[in-house]
Amino acid sequence: MLDAHKIKKDFPIFRQKFSGQPLVYLDSTASSQKPQAVIDAVSECYEKYYANVHRGIYQLSELASDAYEASRATVAKFIGATIREIIFTRNATESLNLIAFTWGKQNISEGDEIIITEMEHHANIVPWQQLTAEKKAKLHYWPITDEGRLDLDKLDALLNGRTKLVSLSHMSNVLGTINPVKDIIKKIRKYRSDIVISIDGAQSLPHIPVNVVDIDADFYSFSSHKMLGPAGVGVLYGKAEILESMPPFLTGGDMITKVTFEGAEWNDIPFKFEAGTPNIAGVIGLAAAINYLEDLGMDNVYQHEQDLTAKVFSELLKIDGLKLFGPKDIKDRGAIFSFTLGDIHPHDLASILDEQGVAIRAGHHCAQPLHQRFGIEATGRASFYIYNTDEDIKSLIEGLKKAQELFSL
Amino acid sequence: MSFDMYREIIMDHYKNPRNFGAIKNADGQATKDNPLCGDSIQITYSVGKEKLSDIKFNGTGCSISLAGASVLTENIKGKKFDEVKNYTDEDFMKDLTVPISPARRKCALLGLRALRQAMDIEQHEN
Ligand SMILES: Cc1ncc(COP(=O)(O)O)c(C=O)c1O
Repeated sequence: MLDAHKIKKDFPIFRQKFSGQPLVYLDSTASSQKPQAVIDAVSECYEKYYANVHRGIYQLSELASDAYEASRATVAKFIGATIREIIFTRNATESLNLIAFTWGKQNISEGDEIIITEMEHHANIVPWQQLTAEKKAKLHYWPITDEGRLDLDKLDALLNGRTKLVSLSHMSNVLGTINPVKDIIKKIRKYRSDIVISIDGAQSLPHIPVNVVDIDADFYSFSSHKMLGPAGVGVLYGKAEILESMPPFLTGGDMITKVTFEGAEWNDIPFKFEAGTPNIAGVIGLAAAINYLEDLGMDNVYQHEQDLTAKVFSELLKIDGLKLFGPKDIKDRGAIFSFTLGDIHPHDLASILDEQGVAIRAGHHCAQPLHQRFGIEATGRASFYIYNTDEDIKSLIEGLKKAQELFSL
Repeated sequence: MSFDMYREIIMDHYKNPRNFGAIKNADGQATKDNPLCGDSIQITYSVGKEKLSDIKFNGTGCSISLAGASVLTENIKGKKFDEVKNYTDEDFMKDLTVPISPARRKCALLGLRALRQAMDIEQHEN
């Protein structure tokens, strides 16, 4: 069991007041807050051993390079991968684009098909729309049920001889649905073993235990800033043999072994995909975030959010006129709650809650097609993480009731 | 901020919008959307001699964008063309009398944007 009150004390932001009240932060799905340990790790890098990596002969550069590469090892271990399979990017969006721009350009041709789902974040939609438009390939959207789950029966009808790639999220940033990716991947592999499978792990990795080898994904993308780490760092995991077959993404320094006036030779993976000076302190901060999460234990993180979800469910569903999206079965979802409340516009809900120091999100949460699927423009969204307490749930519920009072005609 | 934004005036205009509807045989009309939240305001107007003789709004949205459009129609109806043309965002925010948080300014100004588009007035956004 996590002690969220104790954890909260590790996060300096919660000492700030907003509207004269302590911060109730319910938007970790957009970005998480940072513990002191991560802030310290970043400062320490700049204060004690900062230099460019992989270049200097001097001690300082070696220290920085060692810390940077040790962070890569920390990430690899965290998800069950090997070090060579971890590429640092700017964020999950860039990781997904990297796949589209390298593997995609090389492997997708006219008439080929890509499958994504109706519940994707724009980051896992637009790169494939662009790629399929350019290559005259086809993009299919795997339908979801009214409860916000993937309709497993409908997958068979979408798979065929031209299917080259399936890309789907592990956890929806709107519905909270945790997709059974391991079973889905098994099913796809059984149909045909050469279909490449990419998982958008931006929402899952911060909240549930993940082992990329166990689920057998070919690619797995995520962002540091959603998992307690600094913004500006993302990760792309890719199976070594696929990464080795791919052309480079951006080109320039670090990603080559040799450049002549006539051309260049590519470096080995993962460096082939890391052109230019990376976000050194950010990567080191991500490793500190992972250490923090591992100290808590990812099973405990998941359990804490399950407990919160059970409480949110029983409280939220009591509110008259509240419509909650996503699975009703607690174990199949994370602590992300998107809802509408009567006729009150989500922006009004968010503003009224804000005036009480409660930060929720309102809008389409970068999942417009999903909102279209449900015939709505926008929802309010409250999302929870390790530092959220029962009191935070209470503040949310009180805030929603206040909004209801204010808007009662 | 303590519910400043939701003071009576906003709720009053939200619940009892003024000049709500559409003018038949209007002299001009335009619709502006806020794609982020799906708000949409339509303005129709008719002209008299040198002035805006009538204006109505229609649409869906949050309380700030609907109340904003309602307050706008009240304040702008009967104004001379050059007054309408010179009516700035700041003038409107003053007429609204309610402090609007920066994140919601776009909502409040949606009606004015639609009016300017309907009348071919350059958007002097700031
Ligand atoms: C499911 C999902 N995928 C991708 C992203 C994109 O993450 P980033 O903005 O860090 O690139 C997000 C962020 O909200 C997300 O929730």
